[in-house]
Amino acid sequence: MGEPGTKELLSLEELNAAVGLRTGRKHVLSILVENKAGVLTRIAGLFARRGFNIETLTVGPTEDAEVSRVTLTVDGAVHPIDQVTKQLHKLVNVIKIRDLEPTGTVQRQLALFKVAAEGGARSELLELCRVFRGHVVDVTRRSVVVEISGSDDKIEAFEQVVRPYGLIEMMRTGEIAMSRGRGET
Amino acid sequence: MRAVDAVMECLKAEGVDVVFGLPGGANLPTYDAFYDAGIRHVLVRHEAGGGHAAEGYAKATGRVGVAFATSGPGATNLVTPITDAMMDSVPVVFVTGQVRTELLGTDGFQEADTIGITMPVVKHSYLIQHPLELPRVIHEAFHIARTGRPGPVLIDIPQDLSRADIPYEPCTEVTLPGYQPTIEGNHKQIRQAAKALAASRRPVIYAGGGVINANAAAELTELATADRFPVTCTLMGLGGFPAANPQWLGMLGMHGTRAANYAMDGADLICAIGARFDDRITGKLSEFAPHAKFIHIDIDPAEISKNVPAHIPIVGDAKRILPKLQSEYRALAADEARLDEWWKQIDAWREEYPLRYEDSSDSEIKPQFLIEALYEATGGEAIIVSDVGQHQMWTAQYYGFNRPRQWINSGGLGTMGFGLPAAMGAQVGCPDQLVCAISGDGSIQMNIQELATCAQNEIPVKVFIMNNGYLGMVRQWQELFWDHRYSHVDTGSFPDFVKLADAYGATGLRFEDKTSLVEDIRAAIATPGPVLVDVRVTREENTYPMIAPGHAARDMVG
Repeated sequence: MGEPGTKELLSLEELNAAVGLRTGRKHVLSILVENKAGVLTRIAGLFARRGFNIETLTVGPTEDAEVSRVTLTVDGAVHPIDQVTKQLHKLVNVIKIRDLEPTGTVQRQLALFKVAAEGGARSELLELCRVFRGHVVDVTRRSVVVEISGSDDKIEAFEQVVRPYGLIEMMRTGEIAMSRGRGET
Repeated sequence: MRAVDAVMECLKAEGVDVVFGLPGGANLPTYDAFYDAGIRHVLVRHEAGGGHAAEGYAKATGRVGVAFATSGPGATNLVTPITDAMMDSVPVVFVTGQVRTELLGTDGFQEADTIGITMPVVKHSYLIQHPLELPRVIHEAFHIARTGRPGPVLIDIPQDLSRADIPYEPCTEVTLPGYQPTIEGNHKQIRQAAKALAASRRPVIYAGGGVINANAAAELTELATADRFPVTCTLMGLGGFPAANPQWLGMLGMHGTRAANYAMDGADLICAIGARFDDRITGKLSEFAPHAKFIHIDIDPAEISKNVPAHIPIVGDAKRILPKLQSEYRALAADEARLDEWWKQIDAWREEYPLRYEDSSDSEIKPQFLIEALYEATGGEAIIVSDVGQHQMWTAQYYGFNRPRQWINSGGLGTMGFGLPAAMGAQVGCPDQLVCAISGDGSIQMNIQELATCAQNEIPVKVFIMNNGYLGMVRQWQELFWDHRYSHVDTGSFPDFVKLADAYGATGLRFEDKTSLVEDIRAAIATPGPVLVDVRVTREENTYPMIAPGHAARDMVG
């Protein structure tokens, strides 16, 4: 029997209020997994079932060929992130999970921006690129492609300043994060 | 040797004595290996029946159940038993055939993405990609299924790989870096728990199916009787504490006793052991056990503080933790008299609100009376397997279970059709015991084909259908919460179960008179082979008492 067993109508507002809550605190989870088929699906499926929205996701090899690292950022929901990390631990192929503190870690993502660049705009763009320590990786008569790496904030700031020039396309990877200091992440 | 022959060797090394299954195209090589493997195989009539039979076997024996099916529809028919095993933490290894590797992903005949479909409902699963993996994977699967919090593990074997010629060397050692269940409880936490128990004035022990899975029933009784701790069990935990013990409060939850539910409501300390604070236990969560602190002992850390925050969490195996907790508790020499007031209150509840029903004044059989009669006819000793619905709740209430693994049912998923095949599996696992299935006229039809399996293999289960001509639990909810609008719940008492039993090669009986019921049940039990009894009971009887959905335990009705 579904709950609750009453026959009262449930308003859409009530329903939305019940599912729409987010705390807004961003979590960066760094997960070491066995490098086996289907592991990513298991992780992604678990997040979906528990009602967590994955914002960014990066998967890549590590110094050990049999182990991969999944780094993902999620918005903490009404339910504590604790429940998701415990459920993740139950996946047989998951070896280790860290919920990284933003202050104790170095975080990077990579972004590519294709921006319209004709006439005087071009030199302004090149100057902005220098300020943001980006690289111009492609130049044509009408556009440039700029590569920027850094934190979320930096990439968003760059996006803001180049948007007025005519942002043709933007691509961003997910975040990777490494703990500061000698210890392993 | 062929990979499938290696699979058979691995099964034998794991001590598998029976497999429930159904062959098909993609597992033809596997079935060829069964031909002379020397492992008993019970041919079921539907894969779901095979899956539930493996569950029943596992629940009755404590060993890992095994079910085989072919690819595509064979595998999708297993989805319900796999989910059921996941919800109730039943150790079962499912082995499915898959299309040849060259056909994978091409929508080949009888191809289904079995791994994808079952991913959310397995403890773990494997798609075999190389035949050399097979022996290791089989042993890993059994290890994962039976250890930690038990659960279903699925192995999907493409047809061509199962025919491969591989070198086979016995090796049962398992290395799983990401899978290391915590067994021993933290000693400091155990000492804290003992202190909390000693300080409590209104304690309750709340035990779930985890106690049965951990084989910790004796340890639970020893802990409870180290003082006069009142004990209640969930639907899944019944038999984990003897119903005959004076400290037994009865079942907890939606259809539990008032004494058990009121005790939780009034408790100052609740010691949860292998239980998960399911919504059928807590009722309205915000009003659940408002005065209590919680000790929570569970082997699965994800259960701790999932629904109710635990003050003293202890992760580990109940069988290891309970004796330590007991000796720590005894060492504190708590004052026994502190529980006098609490027991006075509990006894008052027990006296005022015993389980009760209004018996018929004529020969009509009340469903509760049927269960009492069954208890009498079996001396309370049978393994009782239930289906899902009102009959399940009445059986849980009125058959006093005194030992673990005596009560087998589908609790978490609530799978109608579980009963008959699970009883069949339990009977195969426990050939020397009496196995009785209680079903409803709705549930029984959902896997009745397994009566043929029972007849063919002389599996002598005794099935009692509580026939009220309704999908009774749904009817009850429609009566109580939906203004008596009975929408599509009348089954019209079809089919004729006596004739049907006969057609299947079983004995069919019909009981309609309560005056001779105990004798009639004894006669049915004495009849050799499988017996299906159509017991006509009161049509519109409700299961009481009840915590109405969304309400608190203290507001129980009926």
